Amino acid sequence: MADAALNALPITVSDELESPARRALRRLLKRKGAVAGIVVIAAFMLLALFAPLVVPYDPIATSWSLVRKAPSAQHWFGTDDLGRDIFSRVIYGARASLMAGAISVGIALCIGVPFGLLSGYRGGFIDGLISRITDAMLACPFLILAIALAAFLGPSLGNAMIAIGISATPIFVRLTRGQVMSIKVEDYIEAAHAMGNPRWRIALFHILPNIMPALLVQATLSIAAAIIAEAALSFLGLGQQPPAPSWGSMLNSAQRFLTNAPWMALWPGFAIFLVVLSFNLVGDGLRDALDPRGR
Amino acid sequence: MLNFLGRRLVQLIPTLFFVSVLIFSLQQLLPGDPALVMAGEERDPHVIAQIRAQYHLDQPVPIQYVYWIKGVLSGDFGESLRNKVPVLSLIAQKLPVTIQLASMAIVIAFLIGIPAGIVSAVKKGTAWDYGANLFALWGISTPNFWLGIMLIFLFSIELGWLPASGYVPPSENWRASLASTIMPAFVLGNAIAAILMRHTRSAMLQVLESDYVRTARAKGLSERSVILKHAMRNALTPIITLGALELGTLLSGAVLTEQIFSIPGFGKLIVDAVFNRDYAVVQGVVLTTATIYITLNLIADIAYVLVNPRLRT
Repeated sequence: MADAALNALPITVSDELESPARRALRRLLKRKGAVAGIVVIAAFMLLALFAPLVVPYDPIATSWSLVRKAPSAQHWFGTDDLGRDIFSRVIYGARASLMAGAISVGIALCIGVPFGLLSGYRGGFIDGLISRITDAMLACPFLILAIALAAFLGPSLGNAMIAIGISATPIFVRLTRGQVMSIKVEDYIEAAHAMGNPRWRIALFHILPNIMPALLVQATLSIAAAIIAEAALSFLGLGQQPPAPSWGSMLNSAQRFLTNAPWMALWPGFAIFLVVLSFNLVGDGLRDALDPRGR
Repeated sequence: MLNFLGRRLVQLIPTLFFVSVLIFSLQQLLPGDPALVMAGEERDPHVIAQIRAQYHLDQPVPIQYVYWIKGVLSGDFGESLRNKVPVLSLIAQKLPVTIQLASMAIVIAFLIGIPAGIVSAVKKGTAWDYGANLFALWGISTPNFWLGIMLIFLFSIELGWLPASGYVPPSENWRASLASTIMPAFVLGNAIAAILMRHTRSAMLQVLESDYVRTARAKGLSERSVILKHAMRNALTPIITLGALELGTLLSGAVLTEQIFSIPGFGKLIVDAVFNRDYAVVQGVVLTTATIYITLNLIADIAYVLVNPRLRT
């Protein structure tokens, strides 16, 4: 009887045999929201990558006979104030947004993580100094700091990405520092130390891999914030410069024609919303999937 | 308590110092000769020499900082290059508008976020919870400038209920003032409502599992009384202080919201300053925002200790 019951249980790979990364991936794929987010992000990435093959019209070609035409079979999303096809511009706009999201968070990681490691692992005066500078940067609201930096650097997509990256850095310093502080007292770090590993080796090969999950979650959520920030800077004219399309600058010109061409405002904003929502969904999903306390 | 306060205040000094260094260094980012950039269209060497002397640009950078911080500490943030008005008086003139907007936004955020958070925690796993979580995701992911534009389209252009832009001070006509600020305040409050909802939900879920809530239920108290009198009070304490910390989000949001609704506040001031290359104003605005943020953070910390007896050592 007992044997029969045991045999009836399906044999699966048990949690103990599974690597943490695989387990996290399996848990992530169980979450509908996160999967939907991944699908949408992948779709936008493909569209951005193959934009020249996908778009029906040149995104910067103006036409005086097509000014502010409502959505139709020829122009799915309508045309803008210069007669440009909005669908094509939204597709090309994905390039600026996704690039800004990835590059600015890349900048924030490259500066923030080393300083966070140094601060959390060394402690003492260096920690105090780095922490106070981080506090000072966090005291300036994210977008206001980014606007100020972009204003002084000069308007361009590249400078906007640098400005957003620098503004996002203190979050990563603080997160890395906190994670390092809690991990460096663990027994395995003590053991690595006792075995005579140099400090840089412990920091890079023993501590860093263990804080990766937290960094991954924060990076995903920061990409969402960076995409909104890039759209905001482009909306203000501090990001992508015309005639190159960007969702933020499209919204800016749309605002002036809201009465007679509301479709100009609808699509670029909806695109920002979809991409940001997707990154937030994936970030939330990753947080739950990587939580070792979760089921 | 005094000990805690003293320690917090001492910690503020280096933070404020680095804030000032950070904001001062912004002008070092200007490409080329800052005097030339600040002069803008002006090419008269006389004017450029005057700017150079006024900002001590002929001195080494650390000396420039000392001159600058001396001015800031005595309330002199420099002068707006565009309209030759002291930066501080410009800020003093615009700040009340943003404070009105921000206060309305916070009220809206609390009115939406807290009930939504409580309901979703109490009815965990139901359609209510699902709906509230969707609302939070929507609030966090919607760019507020797009939401603003869509609301203008709906309520001003299609329905004609509210003015699309402009601002009326409450002292002039409070009804018109309310009409001119309700949409931007909602746009600003919406994102914070979402954050408050998430925090309220997780705080409530934690409290609902605690022993004293089980005791209250075991005593035979009605569910209503358990939730409103026992659970909510304890769950909301940290949430109230969170409101202060969301001020950064609020001020960031105000920049674009004021721009869209043409409201002459703090956010519009920095945007106009950026367009006019009025760098002293940009620095002044960032410095003021940072100071307000640090002060509110301190107040929030103190309030948290005051309402939480366990931390009062």
